[in-house]
Amino acid sequence: MSQKPEKLIDKKGLRLDGREPDELRQIKIEVGVLSNADGSAYIEQGKNKILAAVYGPRELHPKHMALSDRTVLRCRYHMAPFSVQERKSPAPSRREIELSKVIRESIEPSIFLEYYPRTAIDIFIEVLQADGGTRCASITAASLSLADAGIPMRDLVVACAAGKVDDTVVLDLMDTEDKIGTADVPVALMPNLNAITLLQMDGILTLEEFENAVNLAIEGCRKIYALQKEALKTKYIDVKEVEE
Amino acid sequence: MASVITRVKQKQIAQLITKGKRLDGRDLTDYREIKVEQGIIERAEGSARVLLGKTEVMVGTKIEFGEPFPDTPNEGVLTVNAELVPLASSTFEPGPPDENSIELARIVDRGIRESKAIDLEKLCIEPEKKVFVVFVDVYVLNHDGNLIDASALAALAALLNTKMPNYEIKEGEVKIKPGHTPLPIRRHPIAVTFAKINDKLVVDPWLEEEQVMDARVTITIDDDSNVCAIQKGGSGYFTPNQVLEAAKMAAEKAEEIRKKLES
Repeated sequence: MSQKPEKLIDKKGLRLDGREPDELRQIKIEVGVLSNADGSAYIEQGKNKILAAVYGPRELHPKHMALSDRTVLRCRYHMAPFSVQERKSPAPSRREIELSKVIRESIEPSIFLEYYPRTAIDIFIEVLQADGGTRCASITAASLSLADAGIPMRDLVVACAAGKVDDTVVLDLMDTEDKIGTADVPVALMPNLNAITLLQMDGILTLEEFENAVNLAIEGCRKIYALQKEALKTKYIDVKEVEE
Repeated sequence: MASVITRVKQKQIAQLITKGKRLDGRDLTDYREIKVEQGIIERAEGSARVLLGKTEVMVGTKIEFGEPFPDTPNEGVLTVNAELVPLASSTFEPGPPDENSIELARIVDRGIRESKAIDLEKLCIEPEKKVFVVFVDVYVLNHDGNLIDASALAALAALLNTKMPNYEIKEGEVKIKPGHTPLPIRRHPIAVTFAKINDKLVVDPWLEEEQVMDARVTITIDDDSNVCAIQKGGSGYFTPNQVLEAAKMAAEKAEEIRKKLES
């Protein structure tokens, strides 16, 4: 177990990992990493390592769950037992069930569900290593794997958290900041529609701080959005090189 | 939690809201009538029933001895569970908790925990070894929409009504003494839920409004009008301005509702 640091922001105003308050962690995104899935993506954000895969649209089992006017979007967020300090039981925890629900609801507004009646689209998310902000990185990857699967969408969904540590509003909290910081506000956004599709918060913020945190998180989302699009394009650039 | 509502009614609800009116005659920012009763279950350490219009939620608390979590050796433990009892709605089925009841429990839990409503350090009996565990069981008895606000209010009312047993430590053993001490409650978090219908926000959606809404957002506010928990739900979205508008409105509404607990 690591010792709790007393200060999360040093005298220079820098954070534990040397970042400025409004700086994102290192992000690496790859699209189309799994051959069996219809679409897939891998994201590293700080020490987070997360795989997302999409299967579908495909036949839905059990069949009575099917909807006659649209597809059923299903989502499973799951953490590997070795992804955290103390082994996590592989059985889905209450946290994972809640996160599966809010992630699904953050992705749903982006998909033209009515294009594929009587089918299901399954999103599977595996957190291989967790470092704070896994739900956000999962959404970013999940949305890319939907795009990779060729499912028509209104926009990509991208997510990023902001929060408060010591007395500063900061962007993209890592594990320690998340655990002992004052507040955490994860936000998912469809940037072109200016639509917030996931919003949660825990901690204590004044209304003013909350407004600042939401705005900072949206800024972060827009930066990651650029990386998301870059990663999508890169997949096709690579294909072209192989053909030549 | 979907059930049947006719297209005609869906349209009617949505159109009225665009005009700033609601089918049950409320303003967009009005709550339904709220009734709070405390101490209704004698066997429980604390209890309360909240009526929010026709929505009815009962909460019972139980207190037991237990072990603290290793990362908080000096604090008691809070556990919140919610049951969507089958008798409360045709859409509730018996069985293990589904994602809706888990989400409900976790929203109620987050409000109490993040606002630091309970002084958990006062529930410590022996650091690292023995603490009081507070079980908050939310029992939904009738579902007519906005279970979150009703459950959060009932949970708080029940906690305010909860008594801890007195105890003494003799030769390393914890012995229960006669008499009770009230559970140390410092803060009063209030959850305020908004539904987005036709791009407008309405407070305290009832069942039929929930069936029409695009999305909902719950904002929990503490005694100093700080935000202490938020949860967006539903498959729609909010604009950044709607979110900020909701937060400001929630702060006003929370103050109003908190008064119901005092009277």
